[in-house]
Amino acid sequence: MIHLFEAFKIALGMIVTGDQVVFSIAFRTLLIASASTIAATLLFVPLGCMVHFSNFKGKRIAVGFIQTMYSVPTVFVGMLVFLMVSRSGPFGVMGLLFSPWAIILGEIVLIAPIITGLTISALRNTGKGLEDTATSLGAGRGTMILKVLAEAKYAMLTSVLMGFGRAVSEVGVAIMVGGNISGYTRTLSTAIALGVGKGETAFSIALGLILLSLAMVVSIAVNIMQHGYRGRK
Amino acid sequence: MILQLKDIQLTREKNRILNGVSLDIAEGCFFVLMGPTGCGKTTLLRLAGLLERPDSGDILFNGSVVPRRGSELLKTRRRVATMFQSPVMFRGTVFSNIAWGLKIRRIPQSEMVNRVEQILELAGLSGFGERDASTLSGGEMRRTALARALVLEPDLLILDEPTTSLDPAFKRDLLTRIKEIHAETGTTFLMATHDFTDALAVGTRGAVMRGGLIEQTGSMDEILFKPENHFMASFTGMRNIFPAEFSGSEARVGELDVAHSGKGDKTGHGFLAIPPEAVVLSLSTRVTSERNRFTGTVSSIERHGTNWDVVVAVADLSLTVAITTGALDELSISSGSRIHISFKASAVRLF
Repeated sequence: MIHLFEAFKIALGMIVTGDQVVFSIAFRTLLIASASTIAATLLFVPLGCMVHFSNFKGKRIAVGFIQTMYSVPTVFVGMLVFLMVSRSGPFGVMGLLFSPWAIILGEIVLIAPIITGLTISALRNTGKGLEDTATSLGAGRGTMILKVLAEAKYAMLTSVLMGFGRAVSEVGVAIMVGGNISGYTRTLSTAIALGVGKGETAFSIALGLILLSLAMVVSIAVNIMQHGYRGRK
Repeated sequence: MILQLKDIQLTREKNRILNGVSLDIAEGCFFVLMGPTGCGKTTLLRLAGLLERPDSGDILFNGSVVPRRGSELLKTRRRVATMFQSPVMFRGTVFSNIAWGLKIRRIPQSEMVNRVEQILELAGLSGFGERDASTLSGGEMRRTALARALVLEPDLLILDEPTTSLDPAFKRDLLTRIKEIHAETGTTFLMATHDFTDALAVGTRGAVMRGGLIEQTGSMDEILFKPENHFMASFTGMRNIFPAEFSGSEARVGELDVAHSGKGDKTGHGFLAIPPEAVVLSLSTRVTSERNRFTGTVSSIERHGTNWDVVVAVADLSLTVAITTGALDELSISSGSRIHISFKASAVRLF
């Protein structure tokens, strides 16, 4: 108990004094998670919009599939991306394995269903009534879509934040395709996993507190967004 | 005619929703579409509002067939506005909600402000402009939705069950407001309701639907007083509807011969209705010009609003008679009392 208390004190000291190793890992984690979230947002928010606003055969099945993929195990995604970017894989020649790019790629794959699915849900939750109202007031299809997007913006932002939350805290992909290389591909979650194994308790707690803070910031932001969304009704 | 629907058919998920509906709506009228829940009213309104296309049949607006897509469709659709059963408010103030339709039409700011201010007053929403639309009550939300549609100065305004789930006071207030607006603006109104009293309060013409078909169309008086069939008679609240065998100016109803003043050519099987208000009760045989006079036994007496319903067993029929509290006191009858009933032949409705 005393050991844990001491470790906690040292961890807080590391954070307060701005320990270079701790903060470089935190910064790298933020950078990788942000890059993957931005890329996934640019790719999959429009995909979610397209799925919502278009009618095609099998739409319900496609949406159901996307939603089941929310809980895809990170190690499975890690394995998939590993096979893709390993020397013998289709993207092997690009030499991405054990680089931050591989982690970014893995995290994009991981959060793609979350961002796509939650974007579809956000738009669907605005209801058919909103589309009908805009159309009946004289909006063409383009104006109607813009209006629905404007009304659903907070809920859609929530989907992006949820994606970021998953990316920043995931460990399976980062270890498998990043390799946990110190100063290069080591992220908060992989460093904690390694630190605990090596008995570096204070170091792991410091990283854990930062990761927890990040997760809490995301969670608070999601709550604020959802409150704003509900406030419309 | 501002709107004509010709032989409209629509099937959704293997269910036939509309089965060859034809309807003409004249400019400036207040047309009410009535019928029980699920009869296809809302679907028909969506087609009239050009929000959906029928599987077959034509929709004509001001005599021209509405195109199925393209800029001409949008142009025509902008001359129609719909207020939905459950209005959706956009994020923002009441003012921004009402102004939205004008904004997308690129109406200049000063004109937009003027029109919104005017419509706020017309809809009884003065002082509500800066209110957050999400904080409005049900009645205020309906009025905002009405104002949002009206501000566009449409040629045709469609209202889908505008009074559903409103308190009676709000309901009366909204209907009065709608009637006033119709009189002031001269806009053609098309309203759907399952409540016949709402329809009577505002409508000038109407149609009654059942199972995706129009049962009867005409003026409100024609619908109320000249039902064309049994369904229409029940829908308009008629009671004492009996199957009858017609022959000349008489009809055989069960064991009774009922005199009527209907056309002499009415023969064979049909229905007749005896309005409960048209039947007179008396304790003894009266000298009267009424051609229908019978004797029966009181089966039950029940309060019906401010009046009383006295059910009288006459031969093999149960006839409901509506009387006032004063009349009931004077007659001092109870279940089992022998009573004389009479009604004029002209009061009997045939269909």
